[in-house]
This record gives sequence, C-alpha cells and structure tokens, in this order.
Amino acid sequence: MADHTVDARGLQCPMPVIKLSQAIMTAQPGETVELISTDRGSCSDVPAWAADMGHALEEQFEIDNEFHFVLVRS
Amino acid sequence: MTSPVVDLAVETKDEEASPRKEKMVLIASSGDLDKAWPVLILATTGAAYGMEVTVFFTFWGLGILKRRDAGITGDDWRQKMLSMFNRGTTEHLKLSKLNFGGMGPKMMKDLADKHKVASVQELLEVAQEMGVKLWPCQMTMDLMGLSREDLIDGLDAPAGAGSAISLMKQAEISLFI
Repeated sequence: MADHTVDARGLQCPMPVIKLSQAIMTAQPGETVELISTDRGSCSDVPAWAADMGHALEEQFEIDNEFHFVLVRS
Repeated sequence: MTSPVVDLAVETKDEEASPRKEKMVLIASSGDLDKAWPVLILATTGAAYGMEVTVFFTFWGLGILKRRDAGITGDDWRQKMLSMFNRGTTEHLKLSKLNFGGMGPKMMKDLADKHKVASVQELLEVAQEMGVKLWPCQMTMDLMGLSREDLIDGLDAPAGAGSAISLMKQAEISLFI
C-alpha cells in the first residue's frame, strides 16, 4: 500500500501528470506515491516525467484498463 | 505591479541562492480553440515538470483572457466591431478548421466532456494555481482597445516583445503557437 494515492481515473491528459506533480510535493522524500490512471497516454507520460524529475518508478502495472504507477519521492 | 523586465533582474540574483528553475515560454498568438487548448496543456505540463512557465498572449491569443462579462470593448468603432466579431474569452473560441459556423467548437467540447478532457477554462485555472505566469501583450491591448479591466484577474503586468525576447533567450523551451 503506497503512502499516498492519486486517483486520476477518468481524467485525460494532461491531468494525470498534473495531479501527480501536485501530490508528490506533499510527500516526504522516500515515501511512495501511487497514481491510478485510465489515460493510456500515462504509460509514456509518467515514466518520462518521473525520469526527468528524479523520482524512481518502482512499479508499473495494469489492472482492468487501469494503469498503476508507484513512485518513490526523491 | 512591477514590470516583467524588473522581475527578470531580481530573479537572477535569487538564482545564486537556489538552483535555477528551467524556463518555458509559450507565445499564444492564436485565438482558436485548437491552439488555446495545447497552449494550456503544455503550460500546465511544463509547470508539472517544475519549470517556470510564462504564456505571452498576443494578437488573437489575447482574446482568450477576456472577462466573460466584458461586453463590447474598445473606444473607436473598429475596436467595438472587433469585440463583437471576436468575442474570445475561454468560452467563444472558434476552431481553425471545421468551425461549421460555431457548431464545430460545440461538438468538440461535447467530445471533450464525454472523454473527460479538461476544458480550456479548467486548464487556465489550473495553470494559475500552478503559478504559470500569464502576460497580456500591451501592444495588442492598445490596438484592440482592451483595458486591464476587460481581462480576467491573476495576470502579470502587460508586456511587450522586448520582455518576451529577453525571456526566450533564457528559456530552455520557447514555442510560438
């Protein structure tokens, strides 16, 4: 269970990354943040954003057309 | 309100204390829906990357920042006519193609609602929340007879090409839309 969860289901680009960026600022370094998105674009957007921002993308998986991303706040 | 040029000078001094934020500049010169939308999507996403984002609204793009209750604006008859034919605000933007006399934008917005794509208005609000700077073009304001009171709140001081170029020289990303 991640320390923080961002439910961006039903939201389209750019909102999943926007919400994630806002949420990750409230997390402490080392805490995990999970984003749940139904926007297929997130599959490329989130890894790109995480890599650029220096947050490790620990897990990425899909359940029932919902995309999950677990990041560690750097 | 301080002028943008003065702000840039102050920023340089602050950069010595903390790591410099990357800058992104978007020149919003089109008042079309299909241009306003990507401008704001890119602006908010740039902000999500921790960049300092500025959108410079010029010419038709300035219409996006009109207040919904501005009514007919301008002093001379040409400016008033312009305000009638170019209603602007985030509500009355036309499509650059397939406008179908206004049906096009309506259908596009219906599709956006159906697919939960954030509207231009929502994106503008999110942009302001995220600290994206919105610069209205002073020259366009003068040309089209748009005063500060005809535009929405939360804007930076009106600026010109000189400020825009100065900012673009420092920015990692500059786009003309």
